[in-house]
Amino acid sequence: MDKLVNDFSLGLFFWQAVILVVLILLLVKFAWKPIMTSIAAREEGIANALASAEAARKEMHNLQADNQRILQEARLERDAMIKEAREIKEKMIADAKALATEQGDKMIEQAKATINSEKNAAMAELKNQVAGLSLEIAEKLLKNELSDKGAQTALVEKLLGDVKLN
Amino acid sequence: MEGTLNLIGAGLVVIGAGLGLGKIGGSAMDAIARQPEAAGKIQTAMIIIAALLEGLAFAAIILGKS
Amino acid sequence: MVFHGKIVKNTLTALFAVVPFITFANFANDTVKVQPEHAPVAIHTEVAGHAEEHAPASKKDAIDAYIQHHLQDSHEFIFFSDEAEGKHYGFPLPVILVDGGLKVFSASKFEHGEKVAEVDGSYYKLHHGKIYKTDASGDLKLDAHHHPTAEKPFDMSITKNVVTMLLVSALMFFMFVGLAKSYKKGPIPTGFGRVLEPLIIFIREEVAIPNIGKDKYRKYMGFLLTVFFFIWILNLLGLTPLGTNVTGNISVTVCLALFTYLITQFSANKNYWKHIFWMPDVPVAMKIVLMPIEILGTLTKPFALLIRLFANITAGHVVMMSLIAMMFVGKNLAADMPISIGLTLFIAVIELLVAFLQAFIFTMLSSLFIGMAVQDHHHEGDHDGHHDEEPIII
Repeated sequence: MDKLVNDFSLGLFFWQAVILVVLILLLVKFAWKPIMTSIAAREEGIANALASAEAARKEMHNLQADNQRILQEARLERDAMIKEAREIKEKMIADAKALATEQGDKMIEQAKATINSEKNAAMAELKNQVAGLSLEIAEKLLKNELSDKGAQTALVEKLLGDVKLN
Repeated sequence: MEGTLNLIGAGLVVIGAGLGLGKIGGSAMDAIARQPEAAGKIQTAMIIIAALLEGLAFAAIILGKS
Repeated sequence: MVFHGKIVKNTLTALFAVVPFITFANFANDTVKVQPEHAPVAIHTEVAGHAEEHAPASKKDAIDAYIQHHLQDSHEFIFFSDEAEGKHYGFPLPVILVDGGLKVFSASKFEHGEKVAEVDGSYYKLHHGKIYKTDASGDLKLDAHHHPTAEKPFDMSITKNVVTMLLVSALMFFMFVGLAKSYKKGPIPTGFGRVLEPLIIFIREEVAIPNIGKDKYRKYMGFLLTVFFFIWILNLLGLTPLGTNVTGNISVTVCLALFTYLITQFSANKNYWKHIFWMPDVPVAMKIVLMPIEILGTLTKPFALLIRLFANITAGHVVMMSLIAMMFVGKNLAADMPISIGLTLFIAVIELLVAFLQAFIFTMLSSLFIGMAVQDHHHEGDHDGHHDEEPIII
């Protein structure tokens, strides 16, 4: 301890104090302040950039989610539309089928009715004609019988042949 | 005679400081082994405490060797 | 088994921890030899008192004297000396004395301590790096312990250490102003600034903010950064062959620690003073007992700070110089040289680490003390933590 106290030099202490004070003041003014400010500013800049990147990423994520949602909606809508169209189509086909069947049935019915009526009319006419013919034949027969027996028979024969042809 | 006694006293302090440093180092190693991820923090704390202890030992020597 | 291992481990660590102190203690013994205190060792007479520096009894004493001389501040910058011819290669530095007026003259007047310098009718003599006022004969009136009793004028000389500090200051100024300017060109520094910037950030992130707190650290960054780089560069310069030993000089470390002390005391808040003079949450009797302990504690903290730096650097220098000197003391140069160089290299690498570590520790503890002075104690838990910490920090 004695030696240390003896070694202590007030002059060196004085110079050291002066140098340290001046050095601290100079460095604070010309170095530490601008350096610390620059570093802090840079760090703030980096933090801001990171934050904005994060925000952009989030926005992107949101946008993507939105797109997904819209796409999903569109897909659903499309599906719905297709389904509807298919239903309509099927319904139309079914309706058309039903209508056609109905129409056909109706036409067949009508045709049948017409045929029937035509047939009935033809039958009636035929009956009338046959009745007329029979009457004519009977008239002519009666006329011929009255004149010639052979001729009458021939005539009947001939008339019958005509009827057959008819 | 007095100087010798002083030096013996300083030596005793140094033994104590040595034991303390050993304990600090050992405990720090244990702690690092237990939690390797905290190694940096443990090292800093270890160095500070070791430095404080070292200061004590040096002070004892300087005061003792007069 | 584990317990046993622990004991062995502790003992081994203790032994290793003691090794540097042993060399340090030797150095203390050697000092006694150079300045003999006990009658049997005192082979030199009083008349031959200061001749011993130039005519040592043995090689070993010569080396001790050389190491002693190296550890001290000097009034001249000597790079190397030729012992055989008594020539010193270097340059003298200005001496400034306050002794009935300012006296400025070149240290070359002392002729490396061999002659009495006469300035304006006063006579001055250099003895172990100190200037004493004497008469024309150069008698220093040595006492029984070989300490001169002659009057010492106030020595404000620009000594070797002052020159080194000025050089380091200039170096730091240019380095960091350059770094500050490089920020004007862009956000990222260029050149050497890339090395300096991480160190600044390291001090801020690892030292200032954890110890002082995020809100208050900014005010102390100037001091912490300046002191850190100042000590570190000076420590590193001490490892170069320039042969300076600035941070291993007690005056310098006293000044550095005093700055920390003053900054701590002047930035202390009410809470800090309350903890010193009237410790809360303890009985009144304890408060009275604790008061002087706490007051003493404020002084022991910077004291330990200055002793730590001084002793570490001095011990490093002594060990390195002793290892180099091994070469000259030994009988067989071929065998001694590789051992000496190898060991010196090993210690030099450790000293590189110590140079950084001591600068870091000084800054760290300074910020710790400042942090203790400025922090607010809001929680009860903090009080307990405070009590636990207090006895360790001396």
